[in-house]
Amino acid sequence: MTALSDAFARARAEGRAALVGYLPAGFPTVDGSIDAIRVLAESGCDVIEVGLPYSDPVMDGPTIQAAAQQALERGVRTADVLRVVEATAATGVATVVMTYWNPVEKYGVERFAADLASAGGSGLITPDLTPDEAGPWLEASEQHGLDRIFLVAPSSTDERIRYTTTHCSGFVYATAVMGVTGARTTTSELAGPLVARTKQATDLPVGVGLGVSDGDQAAEVAGYADGVIVGSAFVRRILDAGGDAGLAAKELRALTEELAEGVRRG
Amino acid sequence: MTDQATERAPLAVDSAGPDATGHFGRFGGRFMPEALQAALDELTEAWQDAMADPAFTAELDRMLREYAGTPSRLYEATRLSEVAGARILLKREDLLHTGAHKVRNVLGQALLTKRMGKHRVIAETGAGQHGVASATAAAYLDLDCTVYMGEVDTERQALNVARMRLLGAEVVPVTSGSRTLKDAINEALRDWVSTVDHTAYLFGTAAGPHPFPALVRSFVRGIGDEARAQCLELTGALPDAVTACIGGGSNAIGLFTAFLDDADVRIYGFEAAGDGVETGRHAATITAGEVGVLHGARTYVLQDEDGQTKDSHSISAGLDYPGVGPEHAHLAATGRASYLPVTDAEAMEAFALLARTEGIIPAIESAHAVAGTLRLAREMPGATLLVNLSGRGDKDMGTAMEWFGLGRDRGEELADTATEEPAGTPEEDS
Repeated sequence: MTALSDAFARARAEGRAALVGYLPAGFPTVDGSIDAIRVLAESGCDVIEVGLPYSDPVMDGPTIQAAAQQALERGVRTADVLRVVEATAATGVATVVMTYWNPVEKYGVERFAADLASAGGSGLITPDLTPDEAGPWLEASEQHGLDRIFLVAPSSTDERIRYTTTHCSGFVYATAVMGVTGARTTTSELAGPLVARTKQATDLPVGVGLGVSDGDQAAEVAGYADGVIVGSAFVRRILDAGGDAGLAAKELRALTEELAEGVRRG
Repeated sequence: MTDQATERAPLAVDSAGPDATGHFGRFGGRFMPEALQAALDELTEAWQDAMADPAFTAELDRMLREYAGTPSRLYEATRLSEVAGARILLKREDLLHTGAHKVRNVLGQALLTKRMGKHRVIAETGAGQHGVASATAAAYLDLDCTVYMGEVDTERQALNVARMRLLGAEVVPVTSGSRTLKDAINEALRDWVSTVDHTAYLFGTAAGPHPFPALVRSFVRGIGDEARAQCLELTGALPDAVTACIGGGSNAIGLFTAFLDDADVRIYGFEAAGDGVETGRHAATITAGEVGVLHGARTYVLQDEDGQTKDSHSISAGLDYPGVGPEHAHLAATGRASYLPVTDAEAMEAFALLARTEGIIPAIESAHAVAGTLRLAREMPGATLLVNLSGRGDKDMGTAMEWFGLGRDRGEELADTATEEPAGTPEEDS
């Protein structure tokens, strides 16, 4: 059992969904991202996704693109991301990395897995890597006891969902909409049926991401999913604070508490 | 010849691959979000069915012949041959409708879009040639069309932006990342993931996730099929070498495919070396890149030590791309084809030389192939060298004016540099 599985089991035991918060490492700075993540961990996130900024983030909308670009312009390195993972895991919260595939391949799949495990990370979410192309990662994750979180989408056939979930561990990431990351004002009508189809294929917890931005949406999603994943809304708070770290922390805390209340209401 | 794809689509798959999941040796594959997997599977199936349907291929052949103007001529460039010291044959893709080989690809993909019952196409474009071709095919086949183009490219190819808009397409300048072709692809993929139920992505080159490299090849391979037959008819023999410029590599794979099994025909791709490979300001992906994953395929990528994509540089917007089609990566790795760098200065020298000797103004992309071929001619004197002249240069006149100082009464000096001395850098010229 990884810390990730524990986090979902704990939430399930409390009869609620887990709150999963995403922030990119190195945004606004490496130390700044650690501070921001600590706020999320202290104020109610059960799981933290540390984003690895990438030059070509095809699954991300403008908000996360802007954050990733800013982090890269300030020189964030893969090694810095692992440092953020270490600091995040040290808070006691379950920690996973969300990354496009090329940076992992360049670092070395086996080496990345080893360093992620020793930093206290539980696993990887891979938006552009499906099990079809994941041979070396399946092997490395096995060897280092890391979780593999692949994505399912509203367009996935039942057969694809079975195939994908067979290779998942920790949880399954269900993308609520056909689209890229970004806060949306209404929740997706596609998410519920996708979660139901996914649950027919696996006993793993199912987390729903893409578009959740407030407590009411979190409560709604928590009504049918095991995890509520929030990213762009957090990033937006930091962007809007315009470099005022104190203001950003206050806003992040308020949003986390609202979402944490939401997942307990659902 | 055992996999299912081969049985269903003899036109689409050949001895070079790919396998059933899109791999050319260790390259290619499909590194894409799960949300697009179903659409890519649907596209693969629809394409294979279409290529096996005589009604589809006959209609595509008719469109290519009557509308696009295929087969393009194979032209013996006698004056250029004299300067080069080798027999140079030009495959005149520049004479096709829209002015480049790209029309073959978009007509195929647009007709496939109609067959799949979708009413909207999206495309990315660098130089604007694929965007113009897509907008043209969309107008011709009554499809809605949105073209993503890096903001930097919309500035250096303003004329093509106007052409696309005139043809009824929406042009979206992309302001993220390096604001060039790679970012236009990212933005088109983001559009596609949200609109995939009614929209087809007309991918502009033989790169990207499976099935695009093989699909695009199936639509452009007419270049080489025609050229091979034309060369045999004209010279009574196969050429000693075939050459093409390489950005993503669609014009090159279109030419090369017909010759892959002709062991005596040497194959050369010429990459954009920008200011020179040693300067780091270039787009010579195979020469100087490393194996990685970009835009859905494993291939050579210009990347830093953390796997972040590096910005590429070339005077030619159409070659300014930090990746390359996976089949080219495979052909390079196996040694079947050679990939060599050509600098901006070499390309512009060839650009002017072709204009002065043959009265043909090539696209700057294609000028890279001409430049590389002139170099090759020095190693292979007297040889027959077949060059893919993939596009015409009207769109590049702004760049040429700046490079040569045209319009500032520099005509005589241009004549000197074009036929005797290598053209200088813009700094030296100004």
